[in-house]
Amino acid sequence: MQEVKGHALLTNEVGLHARPSVKLTQLAKRFAATVEIAIAADGPWTDAKSPVKIMRVKAAKGETLYMRANGADAEDAVRALADLVNRKFDEE
Amino acid sequence: MERRIRGRAASEGLAIGPAVILRALEGAHRTKGSIAEEHAALAAAVAGAREAVADLTASLAGDAAELIGFQLALLEDDALTESAYARIERGDAAEDAWRAAMAAEIAGYESADDEYFRARASDLADIRDRVLRHLFGLADDGRLPDGAIVVARDLAPSAFLGVDWSKGGGIALGEGSPTSHVAMLARGRGVPMVVGLGRDLDSLTGVLLVDGTRAEVVIGPSPERMALARTEGDELRHRKAEAIARQHEPALTRDGTPVTVLINISGPDDMAIVPARACDGVGLARTEFLTANLLHDEDAQYRAYAELMRWADGRPVTIRTLDAGGDKPIPGYTVDGESNPFLGLRGIRLSLRHPDVFRVQLRALSRAAALGPLKVMLPMVTNAGELDAARGHLRAVLSDLAKERVACSEPVFGIMIEVPAAALAAQDFAADFFSIGTNDLTQYATAASRDGAEVADYADVLHPGVLAMIAHVVRAGAARGVEVSICGDAAGDLRAIPALLKAGVRALSVSPGLLPQVKAAIREIDLAKLGEGA
Repeated sequence: MQEVKGHALLTNEVGLHARPSVKLTQLAKRFAATVEIAIAADGPWTDAKSPVKIMRVKAAKGETLYMRANGADAEDAVRALADLVNRKFDEE
Repeated sequence: MERRIRGRAASEGLAIGPAVILRALEGAHRTKGSIAEEHAALAAAVAGAREAVADLTASLAGDAAELIGFQLALLEDDALTESAYARIERGDAAEDAWRAAMAAEIAGYESADDEYFRARASDLADIRDRVLRHLFGLADDGRLPDGAIVVARDLAPSAFLGVDWSKGGGIALGEGSPTSHVAMLARGRGVPMVVGLGRDLDSLTGVLLVDGTRAEVVIGPSPERMALARTEGDELRHRKAEAIARQHEPALTRDGTPVTVLINISGPDDMAIVPARACDGVGLARTEFLTANLLHDEDAQYRAYAELMRWADGRPVTIRTLDAGGDKPIPGYTVDGESNPFLGLRGIRLSLRHPDVFRVQLRALSRAAALGPLKVMLPMVTNAGELDAARGHLRAVLSDLAKERVACSEPVFGIMIEVPAAALAAQDFAADFFSIGTNDLTQYATAASRDGAEVADYADVLHPGVLAMIAHVVRAGAARGVEVSICGDAAGDLRAIPALLKAGVRALSVSPGLLPQVKAAIREIDLAKLGEGA
């Protein structure tokens, strides 16, 4: 199984804050693949399906969010997550 | 036999219902069991809290639903409980394990650089307490019975949001304050509420009558009193509905005198309570949201002020410069250990001692002034020299911005009158406007602390001495040709409004939730019948 990677810039006003975190984890949970995020290209990696862990990352506006996924639908998962970040979590 | 306890009015109206005591978590106790039992107890408590929150989510909309939705997402996540279970395995009691795990989580949020993250610490504290309530078998705050009178030492906003107030009910608090967030929510929803009833909450049992207008709670009210209260309550609700229906119309007294009605804004939530077109502008926007790390962040401040200007849509917006000190400390900025902080370094006194911080705010305000009619208000001004010094900083900032070719405009520059000596010398201040802060003016003039339940009756804005100061400021404003408004609680106090208008005041700035009733009260007043105006 191939690991799929991607990244997107957090441009929404509040960063990976409460509401965006919930949206991100809800989206990640739709995929069977393991999905992780990080704020550096080489990690540390955080489970994108856990809002508690995502909030611990405290990713702020202006940071690059890196994603990686492993599993059958890994490519779709990374694309969907990057899309959500690029759409500013549909909030602005 | 009925018994009455006096408190402080936090939200008007009358409610009758059975008392439900919401016990404080402090002092709650359970017996520790085996590791397996502790594990099961915590799991059951988390599941209970999760179900209560899920029920809540279904019944809420807007911001409240979002706040609770975030809490639900965290409660559904095993990562939240991981370290608590690990502690239980090592022999901790379920409540200790949970408290320790949540303390670590909350500390993580509180240490964030970002204001948005830090603010979420309160959600975590909410979750912590909710689970603890289940663990201790206390009535869950998410499942208070409808129509009941909630009796508690204090009440969290989320606990308030968890009750379906459309079925009636009221709030009686031992502590609390009329200016708290939950009091504001109660006023917004029309839930009668009395605070500051004292420590003796255990006597508040059986049927209670909460009279948020007279600031009292009646224990075991007589049938006659209940009948009277019901009629009065119906009338109040009717009047309120009528007031809301007419909130967009201007406020004219019976004799046709227009009164400007502005609103006070403490945070973004307040902008959602009334539409901008219902008010004549913002009479007081507080900037106490500026926590230590935002004091130097000009852009973040500018964004907040710009949002306010956009919301007001061309109406005047009065923004008060940082009013720290007194009961509002900021670590590293205010002075620790003052023996009497209300008579110490606060408001403009602190700003002038921190010119670097002050200039950041003046820069952000001058930039936002390019977007519309922005007025800057200086708090706690005592001497004319302070106004001159502040104006000096403003000029310097405007000249810098011009050199940097940053869009800006000179804001109208006025002062808040809350120090009695300044009130009586108002004619000597070359300010562009005066806004009377009646809360502090009253406490300073009557020598009675705002928060002291024992002396609450002394701190009365209707004291002839306080009213004389207000009338004096109105005359000084007229003589100087500048506007005078009131931005303290008195402006929204239906009891005080006739006296304020009689003293010559023609502009009131009130909590957004009070705007409809304040306009309705003004429409009832006949200035000609009130006697001599100013």
